[in-house]
Amino acid sequence: MPIFTFREPGWSPLQEMERLQRRMGRLFEETYAPGMARWRPGVYPLVNISEDHDYLYVRAELPGVNPQELEITVHEGNLILRGERKIPSEEKNINYHRRERESGYFRRVLSLPSPVNPDKVEASYKDGILTVKLAKPEEIKPRVVKVQSA
Amino acid sequence: MTEKELQPKAKEEAPAKGERVRPGRVFLPAVDIFETPEALTLVADMPGVPKDKVTLDIKDNHLTISGEIIPPMAAGETMTFQEYYTGDYQREFQLGSIIDQARIEATMKDGVLRLLLPKAEKAKPRKIEVKMG
Repeated sequence: MPIFTFREPGWSPLQEMERLQRRMGRLFEETYAPGMARWRPGVYPLVNISEDHDYLYVRAELPGVNPQELEITVHEGNLILRGERKIPSEEKNINYHRRERESGYFRRVLSLPSPVNPDKVEASYKDGILTVKLAKPEEIKPRVVKVQSA
Repeated sequence: MTEKELQPKAKEEAPAKGERVRPGRVFLPAVDIFETPEALTLVADMPGVPKDKVTLDIKDNHLTISGEIIPPMAAGETMTFQEYYTGDYQREFQLGSIIDQARIEATMKDGVLRLLLPKAEKAKPRKIEVKMG
């Protein structure tokens, strides 16, 4: 018999309905929201890509992953993320109340939205977030065009 | 050694409670909770939350964990492709017994919070011997 009971405070079927409704609403919002990739069961890890004048940034949430277990490759316009998330096993004499965190390996090939200079790629890992910074080659950087008066 | 391939999951939003001062979304962190006869351990994934932005709150047997993220994008960056949302984390638990608050230990590493909640003396299970009458 468990000595400790765990439950989210204030659970009720009505609240559960509300939660479902909110999630459904969010689903529609996410499906039709501009700019957001249509959410589909993709490949782990999910990524966000952003850019500024000089760089492309690829970010992924990888909490508790040893940075040494990460392998990042840039190959012909693709970014390959490989690695493993390990959850060290706990002592034998424990009882689980919740087990939501998952371990396993991942390998994702991502085709980059623009060409990058494969020699200028930096990766950093902080607070469980991986950031890959990829330099854009000179020829694709935006240029300001001056209008000349005739 | 794990052989399982990880599958992506959409983050679940925390139920709305009152109005928040900080704008943005709030998500429920994925947790592992387990217990030994001496203590309860809670492990929560909160990627993007630095060590000094974690808040623990225990009132009676009500535990709230929350974490604030640092906005991942620098000024001048524009999002071109988005698969996941970012936001703060919060989750509440009802503890079924008494925790020795003076001995709580919390560590935060690589976006994973680990909380050790030692049980108060009287909450530890005791073996009761049946005496022959």
